[in-house]
Amino acid sequence: MRLAVASGKGGTGKSMVAANLAFTLSQAEQVTLIDCDVEEPDLHLFFPAPSTTTEVTVPVPVVDETACQHCGLCEEFCQYGAMTVLSSRVLFFPELCHSCGGCTLVCPNGAIHEDPKRIGTTTISTPLPNLKLISGMLDTGNPLAVPIIRTAKKLAASDPLVICDTAPGTSCPVVETLDGCDACILVTESTPFGMHDLQLAVDVAARLGVPAGIVINRSDGKDQATLEFCTDHDIEMMMTIPFDREIAAIQSRGDLLCRARPEWQKAFAALFVKCSTLAGMDR
Amino acid sequence: MKVCFTAKGATPDSPSEERFGRAPYFIILESETGSFEAIQNPYADGAGGVGPKAAQILIAHDVKALISGQVGGNAREVLAAAGIAMYTYRAGGSVKDASDQFTKNTLVRSE
Repeated sequence: MRLAVASGKGGTGKSMVAANLAFTLSQAEQVTLIDCDVEEPDLHLFFPAPSTTTEVTVPVPVVDETACQHCGLCEEFCQYGAMTVLSSRVLFFPELCHSCGGCTLVCPNGAIHEDPKRIGTTTISTPLPNLKLISGMLDTGNPLAVPIIRTAKKLAASDPLVICDTAPGTSCPVVETLDGCDACILVTESTPFGMHDLQLAVDVAARLGVPAGIVINRSDGKDQATLEFCTDHDIEMMMTIPFDREIAAIQSRGDLLCRARPEWQKAFAALFVKCSTLAGMDR
Repeated sequence: MKVCFTAKGATPDSPSEERFGRAPYFIILESETGSFEAIQNPYADGAGGVGPKAAQILIAHDVKALISGQVGGNAREVLAAAGIAMYTYRAGGSVKDASDQFTKNTLVRSE
């Protein structure tokens, strides 16, 4: 089963939920936790352990000016404007390139070949006997998160139970992470910003055909608007985590709620049962 | 010689536009005859990669100089490679005003 933890608004507690869920489940079975927030991964902070890191590269075009006839076909094909063909030379803009390989294919003179370009890394560790942690990390200044997320997910392709912590928001990195998941937990907070962005996230999950359920974090007991939203959109509210100083303190020192207060494991185990039902994979 | 001005409208009386890649119009003046051509910029609402494409429009129209307020890095690279000189105009006046200043040589040439 592949489960995603997303949100819409940033800072609602995705990593907190993903980490605690993975910790709880790994007490009984093999779990893979993937940090798909590759621009700002943080799960490794909760699970320090020795790790191995591998480079992630993407192919980028290199033009051989002696073979190039400056016909302009590569520029015409490129959807991202990365190739500009002048009368006597070609200008390539690497930060616009999406590594689709199209220019290389359409060149009628075989003047383009591809070289690998490093964009970031994936790191694998085993912080607990039954927990495998995969973290994706995009190099600073690089614009494309998606290939790293794709690589990180591929590393878990044959793992039985996978939890993906997503980036905040609803753009490309989140879509890439959610794609192919059996269910999605949307972590929200009962604030106007939280509600606004939750609606966007619900929409994205629906368009991707991923069933979603909601966890309200930092609740002050005044969740009426969020609960009404759930009813109106026929989405299950699966768990509420209170706005509590002790929880914040545990989190802030890099500890896990389920590790410091083991009685919370029951709540996260129950959350997982609801997720399984949501995914149509009752346990 | 053809000189291009970024503009908010389709005539030389239109207010000048500071941005290059997403300028609504490119007004190309022929300095010899005084005639002009207005090109509506198809990339004005583009999400990304518009600079080089806008520069290609100027190259296709045999423009020799560009007068604009701000030209991004990618556009700049293409314009420089094509030998198109770049001048800065940010006074907020009309294209005609920018053109007068260019003729009087009071505009600063940018690198």
